This record gives sequence, structure tokens and C-alpha cells, in this order.
Amino acid sequence: MSSAALDLHAPHPATDLKEEVGWWGMVIFLLNEGALFASLITSYFYLGLENRSWPPAGTPKPELALPLVMTVALLSSSGTCLFAERSHQRGRRARYRAATLVTMLLGLVFLSIQAWEYHDALRYGGPTTHAYQSIFFTITGLHGAHVAFGVLFLGWALLREWRGTAISSHSLAIKNASTYWHFVDGVWLAILTSLYLSPRWY
Amino acid sequence: MTSIVDDIAQGELALKRRLTAHWETPHNWLGWLSTVDHKALGRRYIYTAFVFFLLGGVEAAIMRVQLARPDNHLLTPETYNQLMTMHGVTMMFLFVQPVLSGFSFYLTPLMIGARELAFPRLNAFSYYVFLLAGVFMYASFFVGQAPDAGWFNYTPLASVKYDAGFNIDFYCLGLIYLGIATTVGAANSIVTILKLRAPGMSIDRMPLFMWSSLTISAAVIFSMPPLTAALGFLELERRWHFVFFDPTRGGNPMLWQHLFWVFGHPWVYIVFLPATGMLSMIIPTFCRRPMVGHAFMALATVATGLIGFGVWVHHMFATGLPQLSLSFFGAASMTVSIPSAVTIFGWVATMWYGRVVFATPMLFALAFIVQFVIGGISGVMTAAVPFDWQVTDTYFIVAHIHYVLAGGTLFGVMAGIYYWAPKMFGFLLDERLGKASFWLMFIGFNVAFFPMHITGLMGMPRRVYTYSQASGFASMNMLSTIGVYILAVGLLLTLVNLVRSRAAGVAAGDNPWGAGTLEWLTTSPPEHFNFAHIPIVKSREPLWDGGFTPGPAFDDARLTPRTSALDAMLERPVEMPIDSVWSVAMPVTLLLAFGALLVHSYAWSAIGIAASLFCMARWMWPSSATVLETEV
Repeated sequence: MSSAALDLHAPHPATDLKEEVGWWGMVIFLLNEGALFASLITSYFYLGLENRSWPPAGTPKPELALPLVMTVALLSSSGTCLFAERSHQRGRRARYRAATLVTMLLGLVFLSIQAWEYHDALRYGGPTTHAYQSIFFTITGLHGAHVAFGVLFLGWALLREWRGTAISSHSLAIKNASTYWHFVDGVWLAILTSLYLSPRWY
Repeated sequence: MTSIVDDIAQGELALKRRLTAHWETPHNWLGWLSTVDHKALGRRYIYTAFVFFLLGGVEAAIMRVQLARPDNHLLTPETYNQLMTMHGVTMMFLFVQPVLSGFSFYLTPLMIGARELAFPRLNAFSYYVFLLAGVFMYASFFVGQAPDAGWFNYTPLASVKYDAGFNIDFYCLGLIYLGIATTVGAANSIVTILKLRAPGMSIDRMPLFMWSSLTISAAVIFSMPPLTAALGFLELERRWHFVFFDPTRGGNPMLWQHLFWVFGHPWVYIVFLPATGMLSMIIPTFCRRPMVGHAFMALATVATGLIGFGVWVHHMFATGLPQLSLSFFGAASMTVSIPSAVTIFGWVATMWYGRVVFATPMLFALAFIVQFVIGGISGVMTAAVPFDWQVTDTYFIVAHIHYVLAGGTLFGVMAGIYYWAPKMFGFLLDERLGKASFWLMFIGFNVAFFPMHITGLMGMPRRVYTYSQASGFASMNMLSTIGVYILAVGLLLTLVNLVRSRAAGVAAGDNPWGAGTLEWLTTSPPEHFNFAHIPIVKSREPLWDGGFTPGPAFDDARLTPRTSALDAMLERPVEMPIDSVWSVAMPVTLLLAFGALLVHSYAWSAIGIAASLFCMARWMWPSSATVLETEV
């Protein structure tokens, strides 16, 4: 435990990011967010079990075509996001910026298709029709808001990288933004499984 | 020879001047408003929580006057419902949790040998969100529409069909807003406790108050979301006619109860365990020996926190759930008594093997133990399903919750005040007034709440605004009312004690109780930087067995050491942020977002959200100082 060996200004390697308090804070925030979506999805199944038919009579099971396109958009955006982070770590700044912009664009594509999908779903009743529609629009809407926030988060980290000069001052911001993005992507897979796929299994 | 001593003293003075320059908050109104000093904010948390405690106490006192005599019409049923609900909401959400958080934010860095919490600006942010959320909910009284469906706010009573005013909207929006403060405060505590402990303070050397803070913070992270979901559902149903609880369109009122109690039962431990942690700091000090079974005490705390997530249905035994589910949750609820018993026996054994000094903090701690055991026994009784059916929604439950949360937590907080006030303020409290205050509170509390067991068993339902002469509840209720006023006088004496002792100004010194943990190593009150030299820790009670050495000063900037989570090996000193206007502006923009929702002004709400995002982006933007540090 010698303090003399400390070099305050030594550059910190990427592995050190996992010990930053900001990273720990991010992980805890995501656990909290995960618990929120878990509460919502549990409520979806609870209401489903308490109803005789779920979705209710007159409402078809949700279409799969658009959600699968949305899934492809979001999964590939996780890929480009990962590529951006790697490029940043290797000092390839132009690549990082391009890949981040593509990630954000794919997020916006996801949101646009979601708006289109809502337009379709609304034909069978809006969120005030039945508990099924209420919980469906609440969960997907909240997730959409998370995607929108994720786009802003990535953009904010990109702006920091653009304006800053030192790698270390923004690499945590980039790591946190991409982690958030992967999280939002993972939540979508949970939503796809429970809201879109599971009605086809019972 | 003396010149060397002088040189060392000069060096120390110069070091303290450098550290003060790095850590001091600017002496102007903006500095005061936006300070990130955990000590200033911790004190503010405690003061603000006590203001809410006063309001909640006044509500209780008015209700007790109403209930003192049968067929009394001092209050209308509507007013009574509002007072009863706001009493519960205030005590649960605006007093016990925030006051314990205040102690935690004040004490955590001092106990672990750090100079700040992990996220100082987040701490300022969460304080102001707490303050404004409380003000927001209390604003409901000014429009005469305070929440009025009880603190657990069951649907359909809380649905728009039966409660069409703003009452429940204040409750839903206020609690979602307050939940932000609670959640980020918990995240702050977890990261601080895991990453900023002084070098050498491995997890097994950590004080027990830190174990309870860590446990309840983790519980907050996982238990707030179900509440947020439930509140969001209810507000969506009330305002935008979504369906979650209305059974005519596929909803289910039981969804509220499940979500609320999945949050609510962990919450009961969240507002209780920190008080047990305080006791585990106080009892060893006044028994002049280390805690017996330190590791078991820590494990019992964690176990209670975990079990807290598996017992929520015991609040719903009378709702017609399947028998099997009731048996399971009844058994699970009884297992809580195992870690609780470990805790109690740990304290008793410490006293048994020690030499007890009956100072005021110790008296409050002893009363805590007695009252908590009574509350625990009535808890085990209600874990038995048939007994619960008999007493559910009666005053027996009121007695139980008050024995645990007032007899437990409140007495723990009082013990904490008498124990740590000398550290916080630098002066000693008067022991005679302290003991008088204790005895009045102890007698008043038991006179007020013990008879409620009996009125409950006699069949008096809770939450009724009056009762008839024929019911036979009158004498016991009069007794309860008298008790509450004795309790209030006892509390007032502590306030008098604080004012008079401050005027008397008897200096406390660094360690007036001869305690063993690191917070007593600092001056009273602690300096801006807490520790001039970061202690390097080698034992659990470093001040008792000399288990520490003064370590590095880290005086190049505003630095505190970051260590590994389990064994506390030094990683590197990290620079802590200075105060920022953005972290105190954001609570206001968030209030705009929530307040505008209340009055259906959606454009303003959108502006509030956009402004909050902007504040967040600016707040997290690196200051020039940080960029310089990392660019070198």
C-alpha cells in the first residue's frame, strides 16, 4: 500500500474504465431500469393470466413482420455501436464517428417503423380500449422513449468526442452510452419475446 | 529540536490550507445553494426531513384530538382521510427514509475514510428533488385536495370514478418524482461504499452501518421500479383513461396491490435496517467492546434485505388468494424472525460481555430493542394467516407498524442524533435534558401505542374518523391521545436541548464517546476535506486498537482515493467534481415537468422534460479542470 508508486497522471488503460465510479453508477442505473421493465412485463403476464382470452376477443395477435424488421434494425445497430466503440479504443476517430452516426440513424429507423406499426395496431383499438392495449402501448411506448433517449445519449457522447482532444476524458462517456444502447436493445428482445412471440405459443 | 516539531506543525498547517482551498465551497449565495459538500447536504437532508416530521406529527396530533372522544365531530370524514393519508405518506416517504439517508450521506465518507460521496452533484440533485417533491405533495393542502386514499392508495378507491379531484394525482406524480431522488441517492451510496473506502478497509472491516446502507440501497434499486410502474399505471388510468385496474375492461385491482407491496415490503426494511445499523455502531461504543458476532450481524442485515422481497403477500392475506400461496407467504414471513433474532441477540450479547454506559444514546438504543421486540412479536403473530384475518385492518396493525417504525426507527434516529450531534455540530448535548426527553418519549410512546393492540383486538377498525360511545373504545383512545402528547413534549425537549446546548457551547472534542470507528478521527465538526491524511486501515475499530496509519495526503487537487470493491486495495486517487448550477437547476425543471402534468399543461411538461435533458447534458459535460487533468 505504497502511495509513492502512484502516478496520478498516468494514462489509464481501457480496462481501468470498469473501475471508474461512473461505470459502476451506470451499471446500477441499468439494473434499476431492468427492474422497471421486468415489473411492466410481469404486469403484462399477470393481466393476461387474469383474463379469459389474451389478447381479448376481437383483437388479433400482433403482426410479426414489422417487429422483425425493427429487431433487425436494432440488432444491427448494436453491431455498429460495438464497432464504433472498438474503433474509438484503437484511436480510429473517423470510423468511430461514422459508425456512431449509423447507429443513431438505425435507432431513428426503429422509431419510424414503430410509428408505422402503431398506426396498424390502432385499427384494433387504442390504449383506452382494453387492458391488453393499455399495457401493450405502455411497454412499447416506454421502450420507444428509451430508444429516443439512447440516440440523444450517443449523440452527446459523440459531441464530447468531437469537441474534446484527449481520449481518456470521453472514453467513459462513450462506453456508458454504448452500454445503454445495448441494454435498450436487450430490452427490445425481451419485449419481442413476451409481447409479440408469446401469444403464438398459447 | 523544537524547530523540527515546528516544521512538522507548519507543514501540516500548509497542507490543511491547500486542502481547504481545493474542498471549500465558495462563500456566496450560489455556493450555498449549489454546494456538493456531503456534510452540508446530509445536514440539510436531516433538517428538511425533521420539518416534514413536524408536519406529519401535527397531522397525527390533530387526528388524536378527533379520536380522543367518541362521536367527535372536530374533523369531517374528508379532512380526516386527508390527514390520515398525508400522515402516512409524510412519515414513510418524507421523514424516515430521507432522515436515514441524511445520516448516511453525512456519515458514509467519514466512516470509510473518504472525502466525498462518489457522485457529489447527484447528491445535491437528490436533495433538491426530495425537498421539492415534499413541497409539491404538501401544496395539495392549499387547494384542499390532499391525497386521501391511505398511504398504500388501493384501487378502486383511488380510481378516478371514486376520487375525481387532484388528490390522487398529487400522490402519483409526487411519488414518481420523489422516487428519482431515492433511487439516485441509493446508487450514490452503493458506489461510494464499494469504491471509495480507505485503503485497507476490506469489506469485512466495514462498519455495520455501512452494511445496512449497502443492503437498503440495493433494495431501493430493485424495489422502486414496481412502485413507479404502479403509480404510472394509475396516473395513466386516471388521466388518459388507460385500463389497468378496472375489471370491466380486462384490468384487475389486485395488480395495484401486488405491485405496491412488492415495493412496500422491501420499503419497510429500507426504513428500518439503517436504524439497526446505527444501533450496531452505538451499542459497541457504550458497551466498551467490539460488536459480538460482527460478521453474523452483517449477514443478518443482508438476509433481512433479501427476505424482504419474498413476503409481500402477507399484506394481502385477506384478499382471497389461494390457500397454498397464503401458506407459502406466511411461512416466508416467519423466516424474517431468524435474522432479526440474530441481530437482537448480537446486541444483547455485546451488552452482556461489555460494561454498559447508560448515556442518552444508549437509552434510546435500549428502548429501540424493547419496542422492536414487541413490534416483531406482533409481526410474527400476523404472519399466521388465521390470526391475520382476525386483526387485518384493525388498530392492532396500527400498533404493530408504529412499534416497528416509531418505536424502532424513530428511537434509532433519536439515538443517532444524540450520538452523532457532537460530531456534526462540535458541541456536547446536555445529558440531563437528554435523559428527560428520553423518558418522556419512552413513556409517551408506549402509553400511546400499546393500547392500540387492545383496541385492535376489541375490533376497532383502522382509518375510521370516529367511533360510537357504545363500542367501548373510548377510554383506550383517550389514553392513546394522552400518550401522543407526552411523546410530543419529549421530542420538544430534545429541540430545547439542541438550542440550549448550542448556546452553552461545550466543545465536544474529536471523540467524546471514545468510539472506535473512523468518523471520530476527524475534528468536530469535520473540516471541508474530512481527513488531511487518508487513513490506511488495518482493523474494524481502528481507533481502539491503533489499527490505522495516516496515509497519503492527495493534495494536488480535489482528490479522494478509489479502491477495489472487496479488499480495498488502492487503485488511484480520483478527482471529485465541484458544485454545478445544472445539478440544482434540474430538480426545478423536473418539477415543471411533473407540475405541468398535474394541471394538464402538456406543452409545459414537454418543455420541462427538454430543459431537464439539457441540464443533464451540461451537468455531465467535463469542466475545464477535469479535461486538463486527464490531458496531461
